[in-house]
Amino acid sequence: MIQHLIDGVLVGAIYALGAIGLTMVMHMLRFANFSHAELLSVGAYVALVFDKLFSSLAPVLAVKIGPLSMTVALALAMLVAMALTAASAVLIDRLVFRRIRQRGDMLSMVFASFGVALILRNVIGLVFGLGTTLYSQDIAFAMMLSLDPLILVRPDQIAVLGVALILMLVLHLVLSRTVFGYALRAVAENASLAQVNGINLGRIVMAVWIIGGALAAAAGVFYGLTNQITPMIGRDLLMPVFAATIVGGIGSVYGAALGGFLVGLAANLALVVLPSGYSPSVPFLIILTVLFLRPNGLFGEARL
Amino acid sequence: MIGVISYLVFFATVASILAIAVLGLNLQWGNAGLFNGGIAAFFGAGAYGTLILGTTPQTAHIGGFGWPFAFALMGGMAIAAALAWIVGRLTLRLRHDYLAIATFGVAVAFENVMRNATTLSGGAQGVRGFARPLQAQIGAGLFYNTLYLTLVVALLLATYLCLERLLRSPFGRLVRAIREDEDAAQSLGKSPSKVRLTAFIAGSVIMGLAGGLYGGFYAFVSPQDVLPILTFQIWAMLIVGGAGNNRGAVMGAFLIWGAWTASGWALSKFAPVEAQLYAGSIQYILIGSVIVGMLLWRPQGLFPEQLLVSHSGQNIKTNEPTKGKRT
Repeated sequence: MIQHLIDGVLVGAIYALGAIGLTMVMHMLRFANFSHAELLSVGAYVALVFDKLFSSLAPVLAVKIGPLSMTVALALAMLVAMALTAASAVLIDRLVFRRIRQRGDMLSMVFASFGVALILRNVIGLVFGLGTTLYSQDIAFAMMLSLDPLILVRPDQIAVLGVALILMLVLHLVLSRTVFGYALRAVAENASLAQVNGINLGRIVMAVWIIGGALAAAAGVFYGLTNQITPMIGRDLLMPVFAATIVGGIGSVYGAALGGFLVGLAANLALVVLPSGYSPSVPFLIILTVLFLRPNGLFGEARL
Repeated sequence: MIGVISYLVFFATVASILAIAVLGLNLQWGNAGLFNGGIAAFFGAGAYGTLILGTTPQTAHIGGFGWPFAFALMGGMAIAAALAWIVGRLTLRLRHDYLAIATFGVAVAFENVMRNATTLSGGAQGVRGFARPLQAQIGAGLFYNTLYLTLVVALLLATYLCLERLLRSPFGRLVRAIREDEDAAQSLGKSPSKVRLTAFIAGSVIMGLAGGLYGGFYAFVSPQDVLPILTFQIWAMLIVGGAGNNRGAVMGAFLIWGAWTASGWALSKFAPVEAQLYAGSIQYILIGSVIVGMLLWRPQGLFPEQLLVSHSGQNIKTNEPTKGKRT
């Protein structure tokens, strides 16, 4: 039980990072982006490539940080992955979403995101193979927190939680303390009024994709670190990330962060009562329950 | 020669079955503007429902009710309707995005439950032991398949004619009116959420019919038949054909299914052996590219919607674009 709680919080941090970006995009551009979770896969694989590159160029980087299975090379690769995934999110917007958006066809955007997701996932499968990979072949030893009941925590998981919380804190400071943050919130409140006040809408949209892409890449690397890397990461995490977004209320960054943890906890606690084969259905049940009880989520504004 | 003909019969049967599902989607999306991201679930509900109700007694899973095919098919459609009612009730009063996410979730959960609930669905083994209708009397073979094709085409035609009638009826006008301007329709005393729910359920029932025919044709259904790719394929058919146009929807189904089977055949014949594993990925990329490409360059599809202007009992067709359609 306690083990499930701990695992739930740790995986919840990953869902939260994915959901923050998704909720910002959904709120700003007003469409459900089914390709967002594929950005997690993109991030995980970009980091894989640069991890190998850095380790072979400078073997000195391939040392582990403390008790973690994460190396210095992987930490650097993660930064590169965040930047490149953010860039690809902006590029996809330029190539596909912006053009459909300009036509004013909002529901076609959802459909286009289906197509983009199919392309991204299968191009990754084609380039990197359909099998699973790991960043490190070494077994990361779990720390025993208690013997009875048996509770195991891997140092990686704690590091992931810590870095995720730091990323969220940084985002919070940016949103609440900088001029850019004010501009972003102004656009979210009322795009046309914000434009009248001289805010460049195109730039804000780009910034939202950059933030969303970078956080998704971090989430993808963390997921790869604590589970494994497959081209199916996007497919498997799509529903949990959507569930987190809906629990938090579409448009609320803090709601998405909390929603991620709640969905992670709920999905892991469901394992107590449900056979594990059913776990892919749990996010769907969460979505239906939230839509029934509180259609706008915990922090969402009413938007019918 | 016989081989070619029997292949064409086989191809036409599957394409016609999928065309029925595309017609169902066209009612939901093309006319009511409802985004259904979980076609595979409603198709699957029809397929599983029909086979479970129609099978001979089974040991591996429930079933063995031995219903005649026509009744089993109707049972499958009723199950698809029930599923659509539950999802629709919860989400249709909300924004479109929620419907897209919820229906996508239905499909994920449906496949997941069918794969795991062995007592209900036979699990990964699928539902077996279904006797194809009249096969005992006629025997398998080309004649039987041609007969089944005739049944499927007749039902496709019936669905098409029903929908054409429905869309010219006051209900069809209402559905499109709500799609274009919900507030205006509401101010005239109509209930948009009720009409949307009706359209959503009707479309899902048609998808259930397609699923039941599919299950009956193969006499077998497994979780492999309700993967999300089915949803994408049917969407691609509608987008290529032209949303809002029933004739386009049917044409789109044949075009995309033709392209899909042709690409599968070409890849299995010409791709090197070590690349065969990736043939599926290449086909998925093709479907994704068709979807994105059509939306970018020809969003109205190959056969654009013909606007129906209903006026004093007369239907006049025009091709003028509407203002602010689906914004």
